[in-house]
Amino acid sequence: MHILEERIRAAKAGGRLALIPFVTAGFPSRESFWGIIRELDEAGADIIEIGVPFSDPVADGPVVEAASLRALESGVTLRGIMEELRAHKGELKAALVLMGYMNPFLQYGLERFAEEAALAGVHGVIVPDLPLDEAGEMRRILHERGLALIALVGPNTPEERMRLYAEVSEGYVYVVSVMGTTGERGKLPPEVPQVLERARKAFALPVALGFGLKRPEQLEALPPDCRPDAAVFGSSLLRYLDAGGRAGDFMAQWTRRTA
Amino acid sequence: MKKGYFGEFGGCFVPELLMPPLMELEQAMADILPSEAFQSELHGLLKHFAGRATPLTFCPALSRELGFELWLKREDLLHTGAHKINNTLGQALLAKYMGKSALIAETGAGQHGVATAAAAARLGLRCTVYMGAEDVERQSANVRRMKLLGAEVHPIESGSRTLKDAINAALRAWISEQHDTHYCFGTAAGPYPFPDLVREFQSVIGREARAQMLEHTGAFPDYVVAAVGGGSNAIGMFVPFVPDTGVKLIGVEAGGTGRPGCLHSAAINLGRPGVLHGEYTMLLQDEHGQIQPSSSISAGLDYPGVGPEHAFLHSTGRVKYGIAFDHEALAAFQKLCRSEGILPALESSHALAYVLEHRGEFEPNSRVLVNLSGRGDKDMDIIGRALGD
Repeated sequence: MHILEERIRAAKAGGRLALIPFVTAGFPSRESFWGIIRELDEAGADIIEIGVPFSDPVADGPVVEAASLRALESGVTLRGIMEELRAHKGELKAALVLMGYMNPFLQYGLERFAEEAALAGVHGVIVPDLPLDEAGEMRRILHERGLALIALVGPNTPEERMRLYAEVSEGYVYVVSVMGTTGERGKLPPEVPQVLERARKAFALPVALGFGLKRPEQLEALPPDCRPDAAVFGSSLLRYLDAGGRAGDFMAQWTRRTA
Repeated sequence: MKKGYFGEFGGCFVPELLMPPLMELEQAMADILPSEAFQSELHGLLKHFAGRATPLTFCPALSRELGFELWLKREDLLHTGAHKINNTLGQALLAKYMGKSALIAETGAGQHGVATAAAAARLGLRCTVYMGAEDVERQSANVRRMKLLGAEVHPIESGSRTLKDAINAALRAWISEQHDTHYCFGTAAGPYPFPDLVREFQSVIGREARAQMLEHTGAFPDYVVAAVGGGSNAIGMFVPFVPDTGVKLIGVEAGGTGRPGCLHSAAINLGRPGVLHGEYTMLLQDEHGQIQPSSSISAGLDYPGVGPEHAFLHSTGRVKYGIAFDHEALAAFQKLCRSEGILPALESSHALAYVLEHRGEFEPNSRVLVNLSGRGDKDMDIIGRALGD
C-alpha cells in the first residue's frame, strides 16, 4: 500500500478525518514558510500539500493565484523548493505532496524531478492540468521512484471515467467539490454526496474532498455514510495565514471537530 | 499520430473538469460539422452576413517596384474587419446546434471579442468576453463595439492583465458554465479539439485563395505569406496549400522593437517547447518554465505561444517562419496605404513587411500571395502615436 494511502487509512482507523492542508511554497514569505509547515505538522496534518507556483494557474481561484504570483516575485523556483525539502528531510511526521502545473515540472525534466523529489522525501504529486489522457508518461516516471500521481475528479466526471483513473491511480483520489476553481465557498454544492458516492464505487482508494472547504461544519452537513476520508483546505488557510493567523490555530478548529 | 497531436505538439493539458465539455465538443464536431444542414447554414452566413468570398487583389504598383507579382487575399473586407468572423460564425452556429445558449470568449486587441459578439447577436446567443484590464484601457473603441453588440466585457486584473490572462479567466469561467455555454476560442491553439476546430473554419481562406489564384493566373502562387500570432489566419491560409509542395509557405512572427533584449512575440523563432493553455507548443518562457510576457506593436500578435500545428509545420520544415519588427510593420503599413490604397491591420502589415524587407529572397517574376487578414482602422491610435502625428 502506498504511504499516502496508509496515512489516510491510519487516521480513519483512529476514527478521524485525515487532514491535508495546502500551502503555496514560499508563503507567506520565504523566511516564514518552513515554520508554517512545521506548525501544520505539529498540529496534526496527515499529509501536507506544497504548491509549486506557476505564472498561469488555470485551475486556481484568486487566493491561490495571488499566492502563486507573490511566490514567483519573491524568487521561489522548483529547484529552490527541492533544496529546501532536502535540507529539512526527516523533520516531518506528515507525508508530503507537491501540487503544481505541468510546465515547471516539464522544464525541470520529469526524470530528474522524480529522482530529486523522492530523495527530498516527497510521496506524491498533483498536476491539475494533466488529465488521464496525457498523464501516462509522468505517472510511470513518478511510480518508478515510488511517487504517486494523485487523480483529480469532479462533479462532472462520469463513473466510467473515474474507473479509468482508478485502474492506474495510487495514494488517494482527490474529489473536487465544486464546478469551479480552488477557493472557499460558504456551502458545498448539493451534488457533493452523489459525487462522493460515485468516487467510492469507482475507487478502492481513500477519498479526499477539496476545493471550496472552509469550515468543518460543511462536512458534518453531509450524510454520515458518504463523508470523505480526508479534507483538503488551501485558500481558507492561505487567507488565515495572510491575515496573521497561526497555522496551529487554524488546524485546531479542524482537529477539535474531527477528533 | 496520437489523437489531438501534430507530431509532438498539441494535446489536451486541462483540468479534468474541462475534459467533459471538450469531449462533448469533439463529438459535436464529428456529428454536426459534416451535416448538410450545418454546412449550408454556415455557407449562407459567411456569404450574406460576413461578405464571403473575399476578393483576391493584384497590387500593380508594388509588383512593378518589387519585380514579382504581389497578390493580396482580402480578409480585411469581411464584416467586423478581419478573418476572425470566419471562426466565430462557425463556432456560434455549432454552439447553437449543440443546444448551448451562451458564448464566452477571450480577446486581446478586441477583434475576436467583436467578432464573437457580432456572431452571438446574429444567432441569438448571450455573450461574455474576457479581456485583460490593460487591453481594455488601450483598445477602448473595441470594448465599446462589443458592448453595443450586446456582449458583457469582463476586465481581468490578474497576472500581466493581457491576452494570456484573459484566456486563463475564460477557461476558469468555462469550468463553471459548461452546461449551457460554449467557449468560442479565438485562435488555432489551446487544448484539443480547438486547434482542429478553428483550422476547419479558417481554412476557407486558403481554399478560396487557391482557387482564385488558379482562376486569375492559371497557376498556384510560388510563395504564400501570413502573419502568425496564435496563428489562425496563417493556418487557414496555409493548410490547403500544404500538399502543393511547389508552394513555399512563410509565417511571420512579431519581433517587437528589435532592440537588444526587447520583449517580442516570436515563440517559434525564439521560444522553447512547453505547456500553456492546454497545449504543448513553442512558448516564451524562462528557464523555470514560467511564461514570459510578450510584446508587439500589433496587439493581435502579442501572445507568448503559438498554435501547435505551426510548431509542427516548423519542425518538419514545410513552413518557414521569419520575423518582422515593429518599425518594419509600420513602414509596410504606410507603403500599402500609399502604393495601393489599402489600409492594412498591423498584424497583416507584419506579413507585408517580411516581403518588403526580404524582397531579394523571392524569385523575380514569381507570384507572391499575402494574407491581408484584417483592416487597420482599429490601429489608428497606435499608428498615430508611433508616427508622431
